[in-house]
Amino acid sequence: MPHDDHDHPHALLPPEPALRVKALETILTRKGLIDPAALDEIIDTYQNRIGPQNGARVVAKAWSDPAFKAALLEDATPVVADLGYYGRQGEHMVVVENTPDRHNMVVCTLCSCYPWPLLGIPPGWYKSDAYRARAVREPRKVLAEFGVTLPQDTSVRVWDSTAEIRYLVLPMRPEGTDGMNEDELTALVTRDSMIGTGLPRVPA
Amino acid sequence: MTRVHDMGGRFGDGPIRPEAENAPVFAEDWHARALAVTLASGFLGQWNIDVSRHARERLSPKDYTRFSYYEKWISGLADLLVEKGVLTLEDLRGVRGDKPHPLADRALKAEAVSAALAKGGPADRPSNVAALFSVGQEVVTVRPAANRLVDGGHTRLPVYASGARGRILRLHGTHVLPDSNAHGLGEAPEPIYAVAFATSELWAAPEHPADQVVLDLWQSYLQPA
Repeated sequence: MPHDDHDHPHALLPPEPALRVKALETILTRKGLIDPAALDEIIDTYQNRIGPQNGARVVAKAWSDPAFKAALLEDATPVVADLGYYGRQGEHMVVVENTPDRHNMVVCTLCSCYPWPLLGIPPGWYKSDAYRARAVREPRKVLAEFGVTLPQDTSVRVWDSTAEIRYLVLPMRPEGTDGMNEDELTALVTRDSMIGTGLPRVPA
Repeated sequence: MTRVHDMGGRFGDGPIRPEAENAPVFAEDWHARALAVTLASGFLGQWNIDVSRHARERLSPKDYTRFSYYEKWISGLADLLVEKGVLTLEDLRGVRGDKPHPLADRALKAEAVSAALAKGGPADRPSNVAALFSVGQEVVTVRPAANRLVDGGHTRLPVYASGARGRILRLHGTHVLPDSNAHGLGEAPEPIYAVAFATSELWAAPEHPADQVVLDLWQSYLQPA
């Protein structure tokens, strides 16, 4: 049986969230169960080293290299692992391609599943009740709130990440980017365009 | 029924508030600490990812709703630490006991963080459960959406997609079954599929007839159409 006791242990900690975290960190540290230096290292990893710049590189490479793109769409996990992008919350990657006929968008209605090695820690809105509740039922209204309006003949496919498979959207390469190299293309790829709530930047 | 976390399709949550692409990864310092304390505690090896998800889902509906994202994490973690016997209620009350903890030698060290995060925790396992469905085949999800092994237990079939007719889009292989793994009943790996549903199967007033929702669903959530 799952425990449904109504006196949850967490209520013994201070109610104010910052103090609640601090209290638990202090208790665990005192007992030698966590190492504050390890916490700093985890935070530094996701604040500075792993983020949407990784996914952007994958997208720019797919825009530039048809063989890479074909392999990526066929089986993304080993392909992105070859670029060094593997690890926690990115063990089973699937890349889905936007076309003039189909726009893809990713959500996790049950929690906040997200491809960490490629996009880092999800933004606040991705974890919000509003996005989790609405993305599956009214993706077009949600897209409008991000400033995106799709043509009527483009269908939307929303991927609800209910398991350990993580999805990355491969956006369409913007017009006017012929001759751009991978670094220049990488700068056009936004985080939201790889979740499917945005489109890539258009070159000025 | 499942639980309060199962909110796909719900009405009444209001507008989404997009953030700038360059907004800080952690809006508050304590968000970063909450994430790090939770990950580091996981490396003590006393639970798996399904157990930790279920711990957050088991917050009371009132707490789940009023807590911000990382408050859910830290509160679910505190509950789990006590439930698994890592901490006691006295510990949470702040009563000092300075005896060495038997799990202290498992604590994640700073120099091990990078390798530990890079290693990940894949969910695919060999399975002797044969795939019953093939790509293109029509299936119907079970109804009600519920854990069939443990009443009120963890499951990954959302209510909104229960009893719906869909089509197999791809076979992902065989993965650990959360309904079992969240409750200490073993990994019970079985085939898992991406299943595409027309929005008319899910909603009373779909936005667009050609739109679809795809969910990753274990074989035991599915029946032949």
